[in-house]
Amino acid sequence: MSKVSFSVNGEARVLEVDTRTTLLDALREHLHLTGTKKGCDHGQCGACTVIVDGRRINSCLTLAVMHEGDSMTTIEGLGLPQSLHPMQAAFVKHDGYQCGYCTPGQICSAVAVLDEIKAGIPSHASADLNALPQATTAELRERMSGNICRCGAYSNIVDAITEVAGRKA
Amino acid sequence: MRSFTYERARLPGEAASAASRIEGAKFIAGGTNLLDLMKLEIETPTHLIDVNGLALDKIETTPEGGLRIGALVRNTDLAADPRVRRDYGLLSRALLAGASGQLRNKATTAGNLLQRTRCPYFYDTNQPCNKRRPGSGCAAIGGFSRQHAILGASEACIATHPSDMAVALRALDATVETVRPDGSVQSVPIAELYRLPGDTPQIETTLVPGELITAVKLPKPIGGTHIYHKVRDRASYAFALVSVGAIVAPDGTGRVALGGVAHKPWRVEAAEAEMPRGANAVTEQLLAGAKPTDENAFKLPLVERTLSAVFAQARV
Repeated sequence: MSKVSFSVNGEARVLEVDTRTTLLDALREHLHLTGTKKGCDHGQCGACTVIVDGRRINSCLTLAVMHEGDSMTTIEGLGLPQSLHPMQAAFVKHDGYQCGYCTPGQICSAVAVLDEIKAGIPSHASADLNALPQATTAELRERMSGNICRCGAYSNIVDAITEVAGRKA
Repeated sequence: MRSFTYERARLPGEAASAASRIEGAKFIAGGTNLLDLMKLEIETPTHLIDVNGLALDKIETTPEGGLRIGALVRNTDLAADPRVRRDYGLLSRALLAGASGQLRNKATTAGNLLQRTRCPYFYDTNQPCNKRRPGSGCAAIGGFSRQHAILGASEACIATHPSDMAVALRALDATVETVRPDGSVQSVPIAELYRLPGDTPQIETTLVPGELITAVKLPKPIGGTHIYHKVRDRASYAFALVSVGAIVAPDGTGRVALGGVAHKPWRVEAAEAEMPRGANAVTEQLLAGAKPTDENAFKLPLVERTLSAVFAQARV
């Protein structure tokens, strides 16, 4: 067992965990923040995506003990039913899901994607590596490729992100 | 996952010495490949040495006019660095062609170099695999081998190295800097980092046990048009069937390295001499001695066509 302290959605948390505990299991099983989902548990589906120190990561492929002092945001920290984050509201408006299981990961990923574009981080879809990337459909599809949706709501997901990015869907 | 003890290393030399002293110890940085393999009990370390606190996360300009990339620089940061984008576009492009945004945010430069193969038989613990269990045999030979090596493979193993970044670094003549458990500092040209499988496919690099990669050095920029062309089954987030990393000068000369075809990035200097004569001549040299299986023979024409597309793009 190891002790680790980090902040989740602005709240300081201290945990005593087996070293094997992934960040995903710490969030779900220890802190009961079950918005973050376990899909494949191997970094292939993106359902477990959370934002750590401003960056989206797969919480299933990192150990809780490796996050001493970090600040993380889960879907619960983005918004709640009575106070939705603009990305959550856009997913509702554009019907960016069917079963909803991948949705928390999609939304955490989408929020971070728009920050990455703003920060000028290029992608495989960027024609010019040295130009500022734009939130085009091609860019969003490429950047969201680490989030799988079994129901195939992709086109509505792109519409939702496009709206939050301030572009015409 | 098997249980393990955990420590945070403070200095590279201490980390290397702990890794050689403690039986079953492994370094962990991004963890995106290691934890995946630990969950499947393909990797079973008894002790993890977390190297994330080692302050190896900077990209510095070298006195020779190149770059020294810290081992812990994340793939996202390396691809987005303005100097890399401007002078080593091939490296940015290769990184951005690999994995997903989430994985690139975690994955490190050294971890990317040392990631394990994605051979499905290496991953399936019910199957024999000489890399996972030396001496048990190779289920890929005679199995589904569409993704496997066509060059440099052996009777023991036909796995490929999965890294896109390593292909770019091979074409860029990068050097890997390390520290050994005895505290000595080494400098290994990337051409000498990877081994072919031979009879010991479980030994993938020339690093000694406990040796820690601290940085990757790039020589000063050589200009030219930088292209990384990755051919895969999906448009994004898939490993290469074949990839070509190329630097093409205005006179048509340059460098070429291949991914997805061997146990290491594949580069043949004699093939590069043929570049002004076109893809066909280059392919003939690059693929000399190729031994495809029935299922991956398509990679031979695919290499030529991909090279052809890359050279056409370089002329635009």
